[in-house]
Amino acid sequence: MKTILLCLLLIYCPLLLLSKTIVVDSNGQIRSLKRAIELASAGDTVLVKSGTYKEGNLIIEKSITIIGENFPILDGEHKHEIFTIHANDINISGLEFRDTGTSSMNDLAAIKVLDSKRVTIIGNKFSNSFFGIYFANSSNCRIENNQLKASALAEYEIGNGIHLWKCEQITIDNNRIEGHRDGIYFEFVTNSFIKNNHSERNLRYGLHFMFSHNDEYTNNSFINNGAGVAVMYTKNVKMYGNTFQQNWGAAAYGLLLKDIRDSEVIGNHFIKNTIGIYQEGVSRTVFENNNFYENGYAIRLQASCDDNTFKRNNFSSNTFDLATNGTMVLNTIDGNYWDKYQGYDMNKDGIGDIPFRPVNLYAMIVERIPSAVLLWRSFLVLLMDRAEKVIPVATPENLKDNAPSMKPYDRSKKS
Amino acid sequence: MARIIKYIFYDILRTRFILLYTLFLLIATIALFQLDSDVGKVIMSLMNIVLMVIPLVSIVFTTIHFYNSYEFIELMLAQPVNRKVIFLSEYISTALSLCIAYLIGVGLPIILYGVTPSSLTLIYTGLMLTLVFVSLAFLASVLTRDKAKAIGVTLLFWFYFSLIYDGLLLWVIYSFSDYPLEKLTVALVALNPIDLARIMMLLKLDISALMGYTGAFYQNFFGSYWGMLFSTGVLSLWIIFPLFLGTRIFIKKDL
Repeated sequence: MKTILLCLLLIYCPLLLLSKTIVVDSNGQIRSLKRAIELASAGDTVLVKSGTYKEGNLIIEKSITIIGENFPILDGEHKHEIFTIHANDINISGLEFRDTGTSSMNDLAAIKVLDSKRVTIIGNKFSNSFFGIYFANSSNCRIENNQLKASALAEYEIGNGIHLWKCEQITIDNNRIEGHRDGIYFEFVTNSFIKNNHSERNLRYGLHFMFSHNDEYTNNSFINNGAGVAVMYTKNVKMYGNTFQQNWGAAAYGLLLKDIRDSEVIGNHFIKNTIGIYQEGVSRTVFENNNFYENGYAIRLQASCDDNTFKRNNFSSNTFDLATNGTMVLNTIDGNYWDKYQGYDMNKDGIGDIPFRPVNLYAMIVERIPSAVLLWRSFLVLLMDRAEKVIPVATPENLKDNAPSMKPYDRSKKS
Repeated sequence: MARIIKYIFYDILRTRFILLYTLFLLIATIALFQLDSDVGKVIMSLMNIVLMVIPLVSIVFTTIHFYNSYEFIELMLAQPVNRKVIFLSEYISTALSLCIAYLIGVGLPIILYGVTPSSLTLIYTGLMLTLVFVSLAFLASVLTRDKAKAIGVTLLFWFYFSLIYDGLLLWVIYSFSDYPLEKLTVALVALNPIDLARIMMLLKLDISALMGYTGAFYQNFFGSYWGMLFSTGVLSLWIIFPLFLGTRIFIKKDL
């Protein structure tokens, strides 16, 4: 073992000695980042001192590391794309990108990565970029600790924060994205991780996710985005411990699932959304240990969904817990906590003895006639709901929780 | 006027009903707070009490009180006192005692257990509903001489506003669901004080659900500054108009 290590050291030491550091300083020898990149050869480091650099579009086609000191500003002057990367093993960190050009023909980005491998983009700031970080046809890359902020007013004025197209094995960790069109955009991206990100006040979706199989996203928060989060046409996606909050509007969802199969939605929080989860064509997916709190509709389950399992979820203070548009029941919803449950538990095993029907008659009326929401919580509606609970006529009779929990599931304890 | 109000006020306190009512509200509110730790849910349950019980008690109690103090009113009329003054004194003291009962019974526990915007709205709508239904009860009382008949009329009022009207409204919404109904429903809701109070509460409790397209219209309308002013204005009209009508009838009435 020791000999192997020694050999490795002997092999790589000359490489380390060969690589040099080029310093770019607005008062120094090399004043232009462009010049520095020309001078650098593979394996070199370019150190950028603080200052403002207006150098138009920089094309990087060799494996170098670019590090900024005290966030030097790269200004795109509202005209240019700033970095275009087309090589493997490139690291970029500590830079601030500002004011890229906007275009409806080209996707101009602060950093665009094309056909590359092992690129890392860590700890940069982006303000008012059209597209922030744009990856196409790349793999094994990492995007970490970046802050992206834009302030556009309309969707056509701005691109996505982190945009990935046809990539694999990408890690997106601990970024903060505000005010873009889609916070994070995934199309044909496989085997990737999205974790600990914060996506807020984006104009369209906090996360937009299509044809991206075998991905996992955990511990992200998506707050107050135009239309929440959309996950579509995908299989094997895992969503763990995310927070979906305050996505308000007629077409806004905490989480929109369309044509998803064999996926897992576990341990997420849905708070104060107009619709917590909207599902259409979802199959064989598990919804477990989620919290739904103060949503308009906690779940809207279209009749096109089948074989899904809902268990150990907490539903509290939602206006409507579950709404559906058909009478066929192909999903199981046994073993959840519903705060509207009024049954009893004679044998004290913590499970209610009579089933709970979460679909509310009035929810179905409001689904057909939205104006009727005005009468919600009136005495009349209360009476109608009571009558419907006793003898279900309009609501699907078999859509019921056969083992409702008497108490909310405690998330602080592992079980 | 102040002296008459004082006497009527003492008279109401002597009947003990008002004390029982206060106690009932107090116990119910505290019990609800004890049962559930979530303030939002307590407010929701309290809202049902406010929307059902407050109008009912206000309207029935006021009518009974009015007929019980008929002799007192006749006695007062023998004195050189303006009829309007007597009638308004009756109104003010009854409304005042019911409002105080409500404030102690519901308001006090709410303040003790923590004030939120929704609980403040609850206190406010409760007070407004008390005033509206006392007003309606006075109108019903001067309409007829017969106590039983008057109580019947007041119960009809209550039944109409809390149930029948909503049924009709739902029927209208259902039958004309193909048309844009938003503005019409706002106008129709203004015709029912209980509905107005309920919507003011809805805006605090079910804000997420109201963010859908139609809901957003109501939210924009009622949730705005002008909407609040509109609701308050219409509720005030519901207080003033029956009272005004009642005064007119009382002044001319052959007692």
